[in-house]
Amino acid sequence: MSTAANTAGEPIIKCVGLQKWYGAVHALKNVDFHAGRGEVIGLVGDNGAGKSTLIKILSGVHTQDQGDIFIEGRSVSITGPEVAMGLGIETIYQYTAMVPEMSIAQNFFIGREPLKFGRPGLGIVDRAKMAREAMEGLRGVGLHLRGPDTPVKALSGGQRQGVAIARAMHFRSKVLILDEPTNHLSVKETNKVLDHVVELKGLGVTSIFISHNLHHIHPISDRIVAMARGEKIADLPAGEISVDEMTRMIS
Amino acid sequence: MKPNVRNLMARPEMAALLIFAALFVAFSFINDRFFATGNMTVYLQPIPELAIVAMGITILIIAGEFDLSVGSVFGLSPMVTVLLMQAGWPVAVAILAGLVLAALIGLANGLITLRLKIPSFIATLGMLFMARSLAVVLAGGFPPVFPRELDVSWLVGRLDLGLVAPRVSLLYMIAIALALGFVLRRMDFGHWIYATGGHPQAARDMGIKTERVKIACFMLCATLAGFAGIIQSFRVKVIVPNLGTGLEMQAIAAAVIGGVALTGGVGSILGAVVGTLLIAMIENILILSGVNANWFMFAVGAMIVVAVVLNTQTRLKAEGMKG
Repeated sequence: MSTAANTAGEPIIKCVGLQKWYGAVHALKNVDFHAGRGEVIGLVGDNGAGKSTLIKILSGVHTQDQGDIFIEGRSVSITGPEVAMGLGIETIYQYTAMVPEMSIAQNFFIGREPLKFGRPGLGIVDRAKMAREAMEGLRGVGLHLRGPDTPVKALSGGQRQGVAIARAMHFRSKVLILDEPTNHLSVKETNKVLDHVVELKGLGVTSIFISHNLHHIHPISDRIVAMARGEKIADLPAGEISVDEMTRMIS
Repeated sequence: MKPNVRNLMARPEMAALLIFAALFVAFSFINDRFFATGNMTVYLQPIPELAIVAMGITILIIAGEFDLSVGSVFGLSPMVTVLLMQAGWPVAVAILAGLVLAALIGLANGLITLRLKIPSFIATLGMLFMARSLAVVLAGGFPPVFPRELDVSWLVGRLDLGLVAPRVSLLYMIAIALALGFVLRRMDFGHWIYATGGHPQAARDMGIKTERVKIACFMLCATLAGFAGIIQSFRVKVIVPNLGTGLEMQAIAAAVIGGVALTGGVGSILGAVVGTLLIAMIENILILSGVNANWFMFAVGAMIVVAVVLNTQTRLKAEGMKG
């Protein structure tokens, strides 16, 4: 599978020579990274290895100090989360990036509300469209929740991740970054999230999956990228490395 | 229980509405002068001023910030307006200048809080003193005389509705309440305000410029406080540098009674209005009953606690009902 992705022409996302300093700390040291269409990358490493910095740069939370990022061969400058989302990079966070007091439909479209009138920031939201499309999106990932007006705080952790994934899909994400999405989830909920990633692969969506739990990552990944002390220390097909070897490599 | 009943109970202003209805009925029975034409006119008179300040505070608290300087801005804006009118400026321009000054104070509150990363509680506490001091300095030792001949009917004239005769400012309050309610519930910016206060990290990660949202709310809050001050000074036709002293606490009390959560992300415009109606009603009934006026603070304090407890309980109950 990994060879197929490598030969599929231009990678959907490619980073060359990324460098990032936080004050005196050299968090990312000349990192190259690429992912093909529909590829699932397992990004592993201990705390402080730099994987978090890498994905924060890709999702627009931070900007690199040096290096270039290419989306489908085009050089891009990801200056903020809204820019990343505009480029088709959606991020699923461990904490789900949902506002608990707001409804499912509101959370689905947070910051990108469909408007009946006006322009973003001065627009009247199309509530019927929000409700309809949110529910469609949820059904698309096999989630059957009470209704679009249910506050997110009434949902379980797994349901919230389901909503986050449905949200990313609705906005036609090309690259899905999953940052520790299975922390705090039950085994059943975790399996559901992993199933989603596999389904999305079938739809041609590229996933970058970060987790401390190598048992979650290994079975669904095409390729494993390992980081340590800000450097990429391994990049190889998942079939060529076992969970035990991965554990030894990063610890 | 049906989902819509649950949603209704979960609304932030529910407790305030229930207390308001209960007290209104109770007071009407206890004192037959309460629900009488003359008293209702007196009761409604100062409400627009406090309610407009409380609405601004409510929106700012929903966005996750705080403003202690509204009482001082309430005094400073009309001071500037009246001084400019004395200097021969047209009324409309003088009012506009007072409002622009208020907006700039809100901008300063926002920039100090967000750029210098200090709590808005501290930044606006500082502004409380600075803006008040400015009002005193501008008054120059003795308050300027309000131009008695000025036509103020467009802002605070009496509206003869037969049974009651509220001020025109009540219409301004209603218009502002409807506009702000519309922004909060129907406009994308309103969603951003709730998201910014409800979960700042999530709002930022979803691409909302939370700093800009907060600065807009700081400016709105201060501008509304300035406008309310102008209404009050035009109503009483007096401008003194200590106008609005202590008003910030009443406005915050009204917002909190109306169901705003100090943690951000929860609250409503209707709540701010009902909170104001409640505070003014307590004051009114104490005066009518001839009770020592110093009990007013006690009653407001007790109501804050009762409203928040009731609110927390109804919301918990509503959440407990799985549909």
